[in-house]
Amino acid sequence: MTLLVAEDLHKAFGPTPALVGAGLSIGAGEIVAIMGPSGSGKSTLLHCLAGILRPDRGTVRYQDVDLGSLSDGKRSELRRTEFGFVFQFGQLVPELTCLENVALPLRLAGLKRRDAESRAVEGLARLEVADVAGKRPGETSGGQGQRVAVARALVTSPKVIFADEPTGALDSLNGERVMTLFLGAVRASGTAVVLVTHEPRVAAYADREVVVRDGRSREVERAG
Amino acid sequence: MSLGHALLGLLERGPGHGYDLKKAYDDRFGQDRPLHYGQVYTTLSRLLRNGLVQEAGVEAGAGPERKRYAITDAGVTDVETWLATPEKPEPYLQNTLYTKVVLALLSGRAAAGVLDSQRAAHLDAMRVLTRRKTDGDLADQLICDYALFHLEADLRWLELTADRLDQLAERIGR
Ligand SMILES: Nc1ncnc2c1ncn2[C@@H]1O[C@H](COP(=O)(O)OP(=O)(O)O)[C@@H](O)[C@H]1O
Ligand SMILES: [Mg+2]
Repeated sequence: MTLLVAEDLHKAFGPTPALVGAGLSIGAGEIVAIMGPSGSGKSTLLHCLAGILRPDRGTVRYQDVDLGSLSDGKRSELRRTEFGFVFQFGQLVPELTCLENVALPLRLAGLKRRDAESRAVEGLARLEVADVAGKRPGETSGGQGQRVAVARALVTSPKVIFADEPTGALDSLNGERVMTLFLGAVRASGTAVVLVTHEPRVAAYADREVVVRDGRSREVERAG
Repeated sequence: MSLGHALLGLLERGPGHGYDLKKAYDDRFGQDRPLHYGQVYTTLSRLLRNGLVQEAGVEAGAGPERKRYAITDAGVTDVETWLATPEKPEPYLQNTLYTKVVLALLSGRAAAGVLDSQRAAHLDAMRVLTRRKTDGDLADQLICDYALFHLEADLRWLELTADRLDQLAERIGR
């Protein structure tokens, strides 16, 4: 079943064209890597897919709803309830503990503190960072912080997680740990993932890849 | 890989039959390509001839599989020298991929297509290795990582070359 489809996306920032006819389609539970050189438009494509940016032209449909037809409020509600996000760094609230960070999306969804925190504890354990629950993000290592961020993205049981260079700031060994635990968790829960990365070894965790070059995307032909 | 040195290295733990050695080798290094008995016995008789192993008892019955082998002092020295000598770094300067790209350009074919399909084949191989690594133990991880880093190096070259195709086409000027 197709979950998310984007067609013929165009987006410019002032005179700079970032997307000039990009598209992508992703099925439920599918893990797709978006690859390409830096500046090619990967992040812009991800932001359009997730309804963070409005494309100048083209459509994005999530479960047959055209994101362009939704009000800003409806789109941010969709992001809160159906999507999860992992960025390269800096996504956790520095004043909150890791546990409170993971519980935050559930609190915003109206869950009681105790219920939200007990689910956050499970999430941290699944990503093997239960031991940093009481620490603030600044007191954890880069790899632990990214695992906390993954736990937070997963805690609302989203249908799609958008991950933009989730291992970009980590060394290879920590990057591997994050990818293994992240992918193990999403495969178990059947969550789809849009994974932006320029690293082939990270892209190899996905089911398939889409290459973006100069604002255009291309599904890669399967060889053989 | 030098099979002789690998077998000598395994014999340093104690004497063994050809069968034990084959099994120990396959478990640790065989991966998808287990040794043939023939290879093991040919190698052992060469090591015997060169004085690097000696017979350490023959069990009742006939055939080479009854013999036990032990490493000699000369064999231990040989393993030591082998381990201490770095392998020659292989720069792979003249590779098939480069030849294909140039020939595609020279003949006016789509060189970008050559690079794209190679890229897809490389990533497919990397996905298989990544899955195997995720399901495997530490030995699987190290072996798969070795292959993954090499494939990644190829991929980087493919990407860089894709970005320089126009330049290359001009330079070789048909
Ligand atoms: N907010 C922005 N304002 C101005 N230009 C931007 C903005 N975001 C991206 N761009 C430009 O759009 C192009 C694509 O950027 P981006 O999608 O971030 O690429 P990638 O993620 O592949 O590195 C680049 O030329 C970049 O400089
Ligand atoms: Mg980016």
